Amino acid sequence: MDALTSLFAGFETALTPLNLLWALIGVTLGTLVGVLPGIGPALTVALLLPVTAKLPAVSAFIMFAGIYYGGMFGGSTTSILLNTPGESASIITALEGNKMARKGRAAAALATAAIGSFVAGTIGTLLLTFAAPAIAEIAVQIPPTAKFALILLAFVTISATFGGSPLRGLISLAFGLGIGLVGTDLQSGQARFTLGFPELLDGIDFVTVVIGLFAIGETLFVATRLRKDKGNVIKLQGNASMTREDWRRSWKPWLRGTALGFPFGAIPAGGAEIPTFLSYTLEKKLSKHPEEFGQGAIEGVAGPEAANNASAAGVLVPLLTLGLPTSATAAILLAAFQQYGLQPGPLLFLTNGDLVWGLIASLYIGNFMLLLLNLPLAPVWAKLLNIPRPFLYAGILVFSTVGVYSLNNSVFDLVLLAIFGVIGYGMRRFDFPVTPAIIGVILGPTAENFFRTAMQQSGGDYSVFVTQPSSAFILVIVVLALVLPPVLRARGKRAA
Amino acid sequence: MSKPLITLALSLSLLVAPSLAAAQSIQNLRIMAPASPGGGWDQTSRSVQSALQDAGIVKPVQVFNVPGAGGTIGLAQLYNSKGDSSLMMTMGLVMVGAIQTNSSKVDLSRVTPLARLTGEYEVVVVPASSPYKNMGDLVAAWKADPGKVAFAGGSAGGTDHMLVGLMAKAAGIDPRKMNYVPFSGGGETLAAVLGNQVAAAVAGYGEFEAQIKAGKLRAVGISSAKPQAGIDAPTLKSQGLNVELANWRGIVAPPGISGSQKAALISALDKMHASKGWKDTLETRKWTDLYLSGSKFDNYLKLEANRTAGILKDIGLVK
Repeated sequence: MDALTSLFAGFETALTPLNLLWALIGVTLGTLVGVLPGIGPALTVALLLPVTAKLPAVSAFIMFAGIYYGGMFGGSTTSILLNTPGESASIITALEGNKMARKGRAAAALATAAIGSFVAGTIGTLLLTFAAPAIAEIAVQIPPTAKFALILLAFVTISATFGGSPLRGLISLAFGLGIGLVGTDLQSGQARFTLGFPELLDGIDFVTVVIGLFAIGETLFVATRLRKDKGNVIKLQGNASMTREDWRRSWKPWLRGTALGFPFGAIPAGGAEIPTFLSYTLEKKLSKHPEEFGQGAIEGVAGPEAANNASAAGVLVPLLTLGLPTSATAAILLAAFQQYGLQPGPLLFLTNGDLVWGLIASLYIGNFMLLLLNLPLAPVWAKLLNIPRPFLYAGILVFSTVGVYSLNNSVFDLVLLAIFGVIGYGMRRFDFPVTPAIIGVILGPTAENFFRTAMQQSGGDYSVFVTQPSSAFILVIVVLALVLPPVLRARGKRAA
Repeated sequence: MSKPLITLALSLSLLVAPSLAAAQSIQNLRIMAPASPGGGWDQTSRSVQSALQDAGIVKPVQVFNVPGAGGTIGLAQLYNSKGDSSLMMTMGLVMVGAIQTNSSKVDLSRVTPLARLTGEYEVVVVPASSPYKNMGDLVAAWKADPGKVAFAGGSAGGTDHMLVGLMAKAAGIDPRKMNYVPFSGGGETLAAVLGNQVAAAVAGYGEFEAQIKAGKLRAVGISSAKPQAGIDAPTLKSQGLNVELANWRGIVAPPGISGSQKAALISALDKMHASKGWKDTLETRKWTDLYLSGSKFDNYLKLEANRTAGILKDIGLVK
């Protein structure tokens, strides 16, 4: 019960009016940067670091944690309403969420995202409170072979995001994988496909690809059709709240999404994106209404949104207990600890217990604040869709450009953005799904690195993938996922 | 005037010149961090900014980021700001390496060196459960089968990779035969060694400090010349590996500035180095003070560029 006593002491720290105010500022700021495409929590915290140097450490971390959780809440908003994800972890949300919005069910989609995020964030924080050291211990033991197998699993299940035509989906995926190859090869330090541009040595930031393909592509597409379907303004239907049916269909995906997201956050280089892909696939497979997927199925919003918030809590596990950053935001938070002369790790709980428990307590509070902030806001956000489209998309264009420029302060990135925007328009025009391309950009390089690390550690022996138990286990699932559906289909036909 | 008098007058003027130049105040200083916000160069830039401002040496100071390609994008931009005497850029050993591996068109001989500021020594760690009790054990196993002993560290051609290469050379192992497993972030390196996935890992002391103190990792060597206060690790030198390496950070100015402008910038940095604010920053951030300014830094920079080129060639990253 040590954790419980410490947690109560933590609440005492976090519930002071001043710290509550910092938490509120944090979650509000986080929601805003989550909504804006391109500007994410990592960049926001990094830019605030020098400003907060004079603040007490506890207050600064309470605000940073608010920004982090808030970013995860806010990212879904533009995904759902405008088909332009504010965060890479919300890409999948756009698939079903935007379809729901187009049917006038934007408020319900926003609500299931917000409540799912709250549920996942709270469960994740509970796990962080009571099981952090044990989870962190297991997470670092996961070998690169198993991580590679996990990504392979994600690849195999990607077809769920292909839309109508598998061939077009595969072409889109191959395009993404190709883009992912650009840049300096981590293992050999050699430049690949950089065409002599030093700006390409670090690879193409996937934020640029996401915003180009989604936001700019969507804007161009809408612009070309503006005259054709003038009258087609999306009407808001029904009330802001979710129906009884929505609740019934949402609660299981929330829990399953949490179960997927949390461990991925805790694994080094796991990230928030992969569990959202897996959650989407899982929900599609388990749904009683698989035909609704691609038309606006609420499960496809609830699951991935829970997954990305749970992973945000998961990321804090190795960060606090081992000093191990597993995401970009975590790396910046680590820098923030160092700014105060603190070293996260096994001793932090002993040497700076007040700070750590104050921070953990503030996560519960921040999560609750985010729910209060986002639920009433859902119908307000949904009204965005009533803005005449020329103005709305002009705004998206401005924010997207500013967001991408803020990554590196580089005009080169804006040229890339324009190129990807045109490609994104082409893909929409000729009916290629955009999501597989993004998945390729994100997963391709990770898969390659895990594979090659595994090879280096084994001295080039390919059999490690099957001799290593955890990787063998996942590979069996991969094979089943590939083989079972066609076999079952064939048997079903024979029976019929 | 007699000859000795002229000499005296000249040397006097040389002595006086820097202090005169120092009096010439620097307006609107801008510091470029050639990396993203939050990284090492960014933190250094912002610490220099607040130290300069708080001590009233230069006001105002602005920091801006030009990230990319190991800092060489920022370097190219600095080169193009020829003659701008109110601009500085932070840099360090990593940039010296990146210039080589990226075959950057601009190298550090084309800009104006000002000072080396801080640094961090590298440590070699093994998991607490490792059979290698000290550097001697590790090197013995490494010599027996260079490919079998995997070292984890940062990206290829970075400081960690260079240190392992230098160690291999010092131990009489062909650096091309060593098994170096690069990871993109410090966190992954730490995870690999904590999870017993590699024999040893290399990084700046700060990245391993918490784990070393908690007894989960054993520091078998540090890359400094002498043992460091508060760090329980014997030097590599004391264990028969003649290797010394600091992951240092420094600051440079654009090319084409006048001698007195350079002297003014150096004098401002000298003052900052002596200020209390800077000393406090070094202490909280646990940065080792490696201050070196003026011609000493010019020479040091040349030596480091040569050494880096040599080791990257030995590793096989640069032809």
